Amino acid sequence: MMKKNKKAKVVEEKPYVKPLIRRRKPNRSIAGDVALYIFLALVAVVMVFPLVYAVSSALKPLDELFMFPPRIFARRPTMNNFSDLFVTMGKSWVTFSRYLFNTVFITAVGTAGHLIIASMAAFVLAKYDFPGGQTFFKLVTVAMMFTGYVTQIPNYMIINKLGWIDTYWAIIIPAFASPMGLFLMKQFMEGLPTALIEAAKIDGANEWLVFRKVVMPNVKPAWMTLIIFSVQGLWNNRASTFIYSEEKKTLVFALQQIQAGGIARTGQGAAVLVVVMIVPILIFVFSESQILETMASSGIKE
Amino acid sequence: MAQTGIKLTNEPAAAKKETYFQKYIILRKHNVKVAWRKMKMSKNCYIFLAPFAILFTLFFVFPVVASIYFSFTYYNILEPPRFIGLNNYVSLLLEDDIFLIGIKNTLIIALVTGPLGYIMSFVFAWLINELPRWVRSVAVVVFYAPSIAGNCFVIFSVFFRGDAYGYVNAFLMNLGIIDNPILWFTNPQYMLPICMVVILWMSLGTGFLSFVAGLQGVDESQFEAGCIDGIRNRWQELWFITLPNMKPMLMFSAVMSITQAFGVCDVTMQLCGYPSTDYAARTIVTHLFDYGFSRFEMGYACAIATILFLMMILCNKAIQSLLRRVGT
Repeated sequence: MMKKNKKAKVVEEKPYVKPLIRRRKPNRSIAGDVALYIFLALVAVVMVFPLVYAVSSALKPLDELFMFPPRIFARRPTMNNFSDLFVTMGKSWVTFSRYLFNTVFITAVGTAGHLIIASMAAFVLAKYDFPGGQTFFKLVTVAMMFTGYVTQIPNYMIINKLGWIDTYWAIIIPAFASPMGLFLMKQFMEGLPTALIEAAKIDGANEWLVFRKVVMPNVKPAWMTLIIFSVQGLWNNRASTFIYSEEKKTLVFALQQIQAGGIARTGQGAAVLVVVMIVPILIFVFSESQILETMASSGIKE
Repeated sequence: MAQTGIKLTNEPAAAKKETYFQKYIILRKHNVKVAWRKMKMSKNCYIFLAPFAILFTLFFVFPVVASIYFSFTYYNILEPPRFIGLNNYVSLLLEDDIFLIGIKNTLIIALVTGPLGYIMSFVFAWLINELPRWVRSVAVVVFYAPSIAGNCFVIFSVFFRGDAYGYVNAFLMNLGIIDNPILWFTNPQYMLPICMVVILWMSLGTGFLSFVAGLQGVDESQFEAGCIDGIRNRWQELWFITLPNMKPMLMFSAVMSITQAFGVCDVTMQLCGYPSTDYAARTIVTHLFDYGFSRFEMGYACAIATILFLMMILCNKAIQSLLRRVGT
């Protein structure tokens, strides 16, 4: 018995102490890591401060809005500003809910159409080799290199010829053909195994069925990416060049009008600002990992 | 067609010279035939592509061509376009002082915010990549939010309000740096710098996302191998492993930031007004709107658009050939 104990004592090792700071990578200095955290935290505060300020001023009651020096957070948060949007503007000629509806309609229809049309084109560009396909894709890549402002004036003439001025379609239809969506979708679909498509074909599916039942379910992460970029573009569309009737104008336009209404409307302006910014941000928050998965294949290869 | 191939090789050398042109035509015909047959076989592909292709041609390709055409004409919508040669360009570049201000402002903004925003996107994406997983996903949202928040930048007009109650003015006056409130958005001296700050604040956009995603996709085993081979700190790792791996994303983000940098108009128009004092915040796009949609001189506006188009495409080509050299 004694002997055994003695032997055990000799062999006994130093107990394992969990290191206070675990180093994730062996070639990183801890001081560097700490500096990194502090730096990123500072920058993050700067980045997020205007957004937080917008939200908090939307929640402030009127007396707190004009308090000086200002507080960052509201002391007595209210939803009055939001309800005012519907109450005060509910009595005006074009109600706030109408602006909201216009924007929601334009965004929803435009995004859905863009998703379907761009995916169809991306599918054949990524998976089939046919004359003209590569040339067309190059053209799309070039189209990403200039802003939409370059084509504004001829676009106006074309839409005028089509008779779409002062309708929602003036905004919706051009958004269908956004080159960015096609580009991202095509790059992502190239990662899809060709064997999958061939297998479906052997089983007797035609192209349309392959597209609907095999390809689309497999590129769900890319859907979210197309949706977020399309929503971002359409939700913030001022549409002032194409739409003249007040009752068809969009939320961002209403925002500008409220802000033009002067200092008494500050709270409501902030409330609209929150409505405008919260939708794209929420979509992004809920689909972040899928979007990042798609963006991993976004590079322009030679 | 195999027969023609045999014929080609069997013919004597003397005859070859005479019929060279004919043979070329035969070859071309053959190619066209093959292409035609291929096109027939891939009829379904064209059906799939058609909706996008038609809309894309209608709203992206055709407008660029039309814009170039109209830029050589005088066109005011009411009368049919009248061909006037290069007059639009001559008066733009030689007589239109305001356009030159616009070009100057656009170039200043593009040269500052373009490269800076690009580098910021990469640096922050790279730093964020060092964080543990859950912190990283929060950080991506925080950094990306300003660019996706759309019109949220108008909140800056509250911070930089011109009276003594504007927060920045009040802060500077309390510190005793300035005596009188500064009219940030009406004093030409301060307009551009503030606009550039706002643009930089929004510049972590699509390119940033692409970088974050690309960095996550770099093969871990390369870092381990690098560590064994003697890479000592994160800087060496960045230069020798990360950057060469990120080349496609570098290209993509460059395209994105150039497009953004040259197309500046929303921020300047909404913060500094339209038109701004002394045209100090005028950009090329603002000028384009002015002539296109306020004065309806479409030909002139198209000339502006064409110049902007050429600037962007050339800049893109230059940057791409520059980026091709990364890691070689």
